[in-house]
Amino acid sequence: MLKGKQTWIFENKPVIIASAAVGGPFEAAGKLAQDFDILHDDIWLGQDSFEKAEKILLKEAAEKAIEKSGVKKEDINFFISGDLLNQIISSSFTARDLGIPYLGVFGACSSAMEGLAIAANLINSKSAIHTVSGASSHNAAAEKQFRYPTEYGSQKPPTAQWTVTGAGAAVLGQQGKGPKVTSATMGKVIDMGISDPFNMGAAMAPAAVDTIETHFKNMNLDPTYYDLIATGDLGQVGHTIAKDMFKEHGFKMPDSIFTDCGLLIFKKEQPVMAGGSGCGCSATVTFGHLLNRMRKGELKKILVIATGALLSPLSYQQKESIPCIAHAVSIEI
Amino acid sequence: MAKKKQFTKEQQKYQEFAKQREPKRKVFKNCIRAFISGGIICTIGQALQFFYINSFGFTEKTAGDPTVATLILASVLLTGFGVYDHIAQWAGAGTAVPVTGFANTMASASIEHRSEGYVLGVGGNMFKLAGSVIAFGVFSAFVVALLKITFKAIGGM
Repeated sequence: MLKGKQTWIFENKPVIIASAAVGGPFEAAGKLAQDFDILHDDIWLGQDSFEKAEKILLKEAAEKAIEKSGVKKEDINFFISGDLLNQIISSSFTARDLGIPYLGVFGACSSAMEGLAIAANLINSKSAIHTVSGASSHNAAAEKQFRYPTEYGSQKPPTAQWTVTGAGAAVLGQQGKGPKVTSATMGKVIDMGISDPFNMGAAMAPAAVDTIETHFKNMNLDPTYYDLIATGDLGQVGHTIAKDMFKEHGFKMPDSIFTDCGLLIFKKEQPVMAGGSGCGCSATVTFGHLLNRMRKGELKKILVIATGALLSPLSYQQKESIPCIAHAVSIEI
Repeated sequence: MAKKKQFTKEQQKYQEFAKQREPKRKVFKNCIRAFISGGIICTIGQALQFFYINSFGFTEKTAGDPTVATLILASVLLTGFGVYDHIAQWAGAGTAVPVTGFANTMASASIEHRSEGYVLGVGGNMFKLAGSVIAFGVFSAFVVALLKITFKAIGGM
């Protein structure tokens, strides 16, 4: 059911039957290692390219989530996924291997929540009985495509972020036990003219703020309704900006519940500059850490706002600024 | 150069707002680090040059070739072992400006694109970063040479 201009309410309460997160060595050394189902100690994952390695991450996450859900692969109607590589090859190639009807989405780093919202909508409208949705990113594959060769010695500024090597996936169903997807607010593209790809946090913060404020306006709720409100990958810079923007708008966002997946995933001493980023950031933290905390009963209601920077290497070279988007999904138990 | 883009008032206001909240590059600290690391590389280079002159009978002029070759080899090996980029994050311009930085651009691009094959991958991308340095280096040498010839022809110098 549509509420306001851009919020969906899922009155049939699609259930997240199971979810899984897969990570690389850097994530294994991070703060949330215990919340990953599979951790790899080699960024190549035994493959001969980073792109193939990313595909394995996503495939493992999807298969693990399906296995944990107890649903047969044949009984899953749709696979919805997105990633950062050109033409979302990680998702499409994984779909080839899974053999599940597939919807590819691209929302850059917001893909995980975009996919989850679409999946919830399909289940809610009874257009699907079971779906699996996911997203992935690979540090070296993303660096190679968007920036410089991985071994190139360029000095990164303190505003830069570290792309997560990882993938997360969730199986949704009409019935079952587990956290439920209750609503979602789809964001609009916002471009504040920031064009530095080493400063994604500042570029994406306005999109996150807009989607969050719209969500609460449409839902007629107060932020304290949630136990946790987590943005996808704003990092230290974007998180600070977002907090100050709320203050300026007179929007009361309690510091104690407002956090960011990019700040949760790595330890302070890891050399990640402003924090984690990438599709895998919000995907692994939400589908691993946050859902685990919900299942343990530590959290009852959460809102995840995955943020995405919709640039391409080409648009950056042509001196375009960075358009950004954010999608919010509310999960309650 | 591209035209300066016209930003709306709202965009300008936000950019100012964001700028106040961004950690700045530590320019002074980076300069000191670049001075130290670049200096160390050059000192090593000087030591190598003396070594080639004293032990292998090179002259001061010809010793440049083996010296540069040794530095390039060292830089390529460090790139291959995945160490160079970590040194560079600390050293900044100190490792980028000397010949070691140039070797690193070529080695890193070659390693990166090995998965696309030797011809289209390594061969096609080896000069991805170094290419513009070579192109503009050759062009500026051409312009300087042209100026020199012109000056000589009109009786200058």
